[in-house]
Amino acid sequence: MPEPTPLPTPTSNAVGQSAIRADALPKVNGDFDYASDLAAEGMLWGHTLRSPHPKARIRSIDTAAAEAMAGVAAVLTAADVPGKRTYGLIEDDQPVLADTMANYQGEPVAIIAATDLDTARRAADAITVDYEVLEPLCDPAEAVRRGEYFRHQPLQVGDPDTATAAVVVAREYVVGMQDQAPLGPESGLALPRPDGGVDLRVATQWLHSDQEQIAPCLGLKESQVHLEMAGIGGAFGAREDLSVQVHMAMLALATDKPVKMMYDRAESFLGHVHRHPARMRYEHGADAEGRLVYVRAQIVLDGGAYASTTDAVVGNAASLAVGPYEVEHVAVEAWGTRTNNPPCGAMRGFGGVQTCFAYESQMDALAEELGLDPLEIRRRNAMHQGSKLITGQVVQEPGIDVPNENAPFSPLVDLLDRFAAIPAPAIPAGRDIIELPGGTGNTTHGEGVVRGVGYGVGLKNVCYSEGFDDFSTARIRLELVDGEPVAYVHTAAAEVGQGHQTIQAQIVRTELGIDRVELLPVDTKVGSAGSSSASRQSYMTGGAVKAASEAVRELWATHDLADGPIEATREFRHRPTKPMDPVTGQGDSHVQLALCVHRATVDVDIELGLVKVVDLTCVQDVGKILNPIALEGQIHGASAQGLGLAVMEEMIVDAGVVKNASFTDYLIPTILDMPPMRLEIVENADPAAPYGLRGAGEPPTLSSTPAIVAAIRDATGLALTHVPVRPEHLTRHLVRQP
Amino acid sequence: MTALRAAGAVSTDRPIIFYRPTETADALRFLAERPEAVPVAGGTDLMVGVNYRHIRPEAMLDLTAIVELCTWTDEGTAIRIGSGVPYARIVAELATALPGLAAASRTVGSPQIRNRGTVGGNLATASPAGDAHPPLLATGANIEIAAPEGRRTVAIDDFFTGPKRSVLRPGEIITAVTVPKAAGPQQFLKVGTRNAMVISVCAFALALDLDRRTVGTGIGSAGPTPLRALPAEELELPWAAPAGLTDATVERFGDLVAAAARPIDDVRGTAAYRRHALAVCAARALRRTWRAAFEERSAEWN
Repeated sequence: MPEPTPLPTPTSNAVGQSAIRADALPKVNGDFDYASDLAAEGMLWGHTLRSPHPKARIRSIDTAAAEAMAGVAAVLTAADVPGKRTYGLIEDDQPVLADTMANYQGEPVAIIAATDLDTARRAADAITVDYEVLEPLCDPAEAVRRGEYFRHQPLQVGDPDTATAAVVVAREYVVGMQDQAPLGPESGLALPRPDGGVDLRVATQWLHSDQEQIAPCLGLKESQVHLEMAGIGGAFGAREDLSVQVHMAMLALATDKPVKMMYDRAESFLGHVHRHPARMRYEHGADAEGRLVYVRAQIVLDGGAYASTTDAVVGNAASLAVGPYEVEHVAVEAWGTRTNNPPCGAMRGFGGVQTCFAYESQMDALAEELGLDPLEIRRRNAMHQGSKLITGQVVQEPGIDVPNENAPFSPLVDLLDRFAAIPAPAIPAGRDIIELPGGTGNTTHGEGVVRGVGYGVGLKNVCYSEGFDDFSTARIRLELVDGEPVAYVHTAAAEVGQGHQTIQAQIVRTELGIDRVELLPVDTKVGSAGSSSASRQSYMTGGAVKAASEAVRELWATHDLADGPIEATREFRHRPTKPMDPVTGQGDSHVQLALCVHRATVDVDIELGLVKVVDLTCVQDVGKILNPIALEGQIHGASAQGLGLAVMEEMIVDAGVVKNASFTDYLIPTILDMPPMRLEIVENADPAAPYGLRGAGEPPTLSSTPAIVAAIRDATGLALTHVPVRPEHLTRHLVRQP
Repeated sequence: MTALRAAGAVSTDRPIIFYRPTETADALRFLAERPEAVPVAGGTDLMVGVNYRHIRPEAMLDLTAIVELCTWTDEGTAIRIGSGVPYARIVAELATALPGLAAASRTVGSPQIRNRGTVGGNLATASPAGDAHPPLLATGANIEIAAPEGRRTVAIDDFFTGPKRSVLRPGEIITAVTVPKAAGPQQFLKVGTRNAMVISVCAFALALDLDRRTVGTGIGSAGPTPLRALPAEELELPWAAPAGLTDATVERFGDLVAAAARPIDDVRGTAAYRRHALAVCAARALRRTWRAAFEERSAEWN
């Protein structure tokens, strides 16, 4: 037997190093191919006709004039859907094309393929839809009363009715409808195949879930629908639900030509789900020392017209309703309502964001009542090793060091204590207007400016919860190329901008000790990788790539690559979870928990109600840093998205109609709104996870919002129970009646 | 004259006539021949409408090669700015002579938009939210308009007739705006819910004229058209004894500006907030300019 090739070590870009992503340079210099850049010889352009009404009965659709137009190749309606009429991520309740009813503004009613996009749009204008406009249901509270909801999840621990508290704070909180606002619009290309199937190139978050939903609607077998990932311009949850997929496939099959679809900005805002707006009534009772005695919460999340992921969002909101704090008596009721508002589903933070704003605001309100420091009240209530979540799940992570033998280790106290070494910034002298609230608007030279500081803590579940049998697949082939071992890695994990592909290559380099790693196209020719969401890809596909690498390494130990390549495919699963009890909400429902704490420092122009966030300091436990620069990017981005929700981002919906479907009026933070950040990254490893990592992409989205609002409260003394905080909220008390 | 076949998402079967003359007279002749043609300078408003297919111009008249429109000249007591001069040049080249207009130009969109967008385009669109309008109102600018039958000059006060409407007639081109040089400190304040790159919730411009002892005002985004606050301009100020400017007078000035506005509720803000913010901005602008004129004795009034 020949001597096995000795294992070399990689010379660079192993796990823990700041490997630079392959798409970084092309994205900066404009060479990157986004899904919107896709093209094929002889392709047609697809376009969607959408309902202008939030609720209307469709009496008839006349497509004759559109079909007669020169350049129009196909006009399809619900009657032309080849297979199943509906689809959905959890529940298949969403029509491919509205049939007899349109249930939200922007719901697709007909699709057109034409030689160019402008002709397709003109054809859409030529379609006559006879609508009987009906009264939409837009009030989520009314929807609860009528029993119009996708899920109602109660949760009960102890008995708040028998608990007595020295201090009680009860408030109602409102979270506006945030949008993921990915810069890349929904786009893709469908190519008909000779076997009657279809190839789809599309920017999505979960290829196999798309495939599973698309094939039945087309009346095809899954094996006849092949998907390949196209260049993505942001996702944040907006690409979990289908958008262009079935439509362009229908058009391609109907015309036997490649069909491209690309939404414009307004369509993009109407064509994907949003973050659930929320109305939450919270009552916290504490003893005289500030220890929580009971919490009551009623949480109404508006799911809009179709189910999407509302079911899972409600589960998160209910199970994480009090945050990372110990409470003996809890009563939660959470609903996800069905209305004629825009459909809501996945967005970074996924049900954790809304409740985090409420429970952190409550913690501050209690601290104020008791004259306690905001960090101190959180310390006194912090969960620790052995604590139970309100679902009864025990927080017990063996292997975490116990620095104090007298008390169980609290990962949260660990994070909170680190702020002492990072003081809030001082006010510099001689500031330029761009460093002041109002920025380039020249609204203040210091007039009316007051500084405030606030904290926010977020607790986020990582991976899919509530009993979902989640897995990811990786296939690795190792072969000699020019005498050097090269690993070819094949997964279906969607790179959504988070840098997952870089992580995969780092893992393979580390596990196999080689330098050359090639990532094969991300497609459905390999098993599912699950969704690029729930902060799960490093954990799940990272875990699958690690497992496949280890298998290859084992084979390599007894096999000379000169005799031929080695290949291994592995599926990776996390530990099983359980559903929440439908009555008590109890259940071991989460895989992993992640904590993040923000301190925000803001300057507020208290006369104009304008806010400048001057510093965000973030302390986050990530278990293990896989790639420092990519991780920092995730924390910066998540914090910025939380900042957006705190002070500017809101889809304004009036009677079911979106009023600001544009980047002119849906404002997202610019570099002048986002302060430089100071990060303290903590590695309290989770021994159950690959390398001990904790999902890191979502937690900062939770905590930055309440931290910023707390800082604005500190500056203004106002209660501020609504995000985004608008200038009107900060100046209402100053406005004199004319 | 060239016919361009636009690529990609724009129609491939209907050519758009695209004309790029070098003389104003040629431009006017083209407009006379093709009344449907749409003039375009920076295109920062127009192309948004084209992208959304709100407008599908069959012919476009590109004004960017007309030298007369792309230059500014010093006319002694005023600066004549060609309608095609981009904001970026006003910021870089005219901040001393026209501090109010330069300050407003600084707040327009992003650097890319300021490189392309023009005051002429702002006027032609005539949006109540146009950033250039308040300083033009505060300084009493004049708009020069070319028509086939000759040129006419319209005072800025008479230019706007309604939301996105002006006295500009079909077949006419705005050739220049003439802005009096600053005769005292000027201020421009723009309120937006983002710290940059934002359409104003409301805006206010103020120009002190130390020679004439007058105050000029301009209000943006708080009425069907950009507005002057005439009652505020008429408020008696202690010109002879500037130290005697009281808080009460400053606040009265702010209230008069707020009262002159005719705001509405929309997605960018409420009418009540706009009035309140205008009062605050006007008071700040008066304090800042007064201090600059009489306390700091600054050589540059900004």
